[in-house]
Amino acid sequence: MSKYLLNKFLFTVDRDPELVERYREDPRGTVEWWEAEHANRLLSCHGGEASTWLRFEDAEREALAGHDYPRLFELGAHPFLTLTLFIAMFERDHEPMGFQTEYARRLAHMTMPYPDIAT
Amino acid sequence: MAELVAVIASTHHPFYYRASTATGEDRPPFADEWVRKVEAFRETLTKARPDVLVMVGSDHFHQLWLDNMPQFLVGKAPFYDANWYNEEREFGLPRMFFTGQEDLSSYILREGLDAGFDLAFSNELRIDHSITCPIITLRPQNDLPIVPIYTNIFAPPLPRPKRFVQFGRTIRELVESWPADRRVAVIGTGHLSLELGGPRQFGPHGPDPEFDRKAVEWISSGDIEGCLSEVTLDSLHLPGNATHGFMDFMLMMGVAGEGAKADYVDTYDLFHTMEAYFTWYPNGGVA
Repeated sequence: MSKYLLNKFLFTVDRDPELVERYREDPRGTVEWWEAEHANRLLSCHGGEASTWLRFEDAEREALAGHDYPRLFELGAHPFLTLTLFIAMFERDHEPMGFQTEYARRLAHMTMPYPDIAT
Repeated sequence: MAELVAVIASTHHPFYYRASTATGEDRPPFADEWVRKVEAFRETLTKARPDVLVMVGSDHFHQLWLDNMPQFLVGKAPFYDANWYNEEREFGLPRMFFTGQEDLSSYILREGLDAGFDLAFSNELRIDHSITCPIITLRPQNDLPIVPIYTNIFAPPLPRPKRFVQFGRTIRELVESWPADRRVAVIGTGHLSLELGGPRQFGPHGPDPEFDRKAVEWISSGDIEGCLSEVTLDSLHLPGNATHGFMDFMLMMGVAGEGAKADYVDTYDLFHTMEAYFTWYPNGGVA
């Protein structure tokens, strides 16, 4: 389980306008590229000081590659990060607030207690 | 000594700026009443004639991240840039710029450490909408120096509710012992019941109106003990998955004091969340 790495992906993509568009257009390619090139990057450090041990589990990689935000919720990704990034990618395709209500509807099967988001 | 002239607790709704500035068909039907309420709330700060603002909020994974997450952090910088790309993108918030009250930051850090809070600090902090929203609503001219204080209500493990109350009490003690002839207001923002990124998000009102009703009662009556008897880290999951932001209201109850009835209370039931505005005048009125 690498909830931290899921969150790291969502966090680093969400704050980069180019990556937001790249992930929207090519989710699987972006996830594979990011895992190879950036997953181990220690933020604010140069590449020579990257970590060596971070990788997605298969289910996590598939959820990201499939833009599967209900699955990300089930896997314990931080809901604020997921929501913010997916609004950035897909709100434009819907009526005002339409994507947000669709998002809630697609999570309607989730009951309390929600998956643990502690990392 | 400095004087604590106002204690203000508020929600920080990031859509206020866009709603209040929208015109014509873009202006939502709830905007006019919202503006009226915010302007009345603003007057409660204006009347207190503050010189300095201590601003309590919570970074939303902007500068503070899971590789190095502080529980309580005090900004200590001469200036602060504010608002982030994703807040401009999603909420239409403007870039902002603040002057820091750096000597008060130093005082809070030194004395806070000695009072038992192992405070983190930042000498270069870009602040987010948890602090810029109350400036937009309460002090839009943005003419006062600030001390930003961030709490972790976002990335578990979190401090427990009692710790937020204790930190609020300590902030008050530190402000009131600051050896400077200044009028200080402490402004903190959080949430009532709130769901983000879950099935109960963006409903016709907040996800748990009953929690909201009780929360407003606890805050407005200063019922810290009653609040602490019901609110735990576990219980806060029930009203909505982002409701841990209520602990910043509990911090502000700590600043106001046990049994301190708010001098001003207002709420506004919006879709997906209830707005809530509280002001206390610690010395019994506005001098």
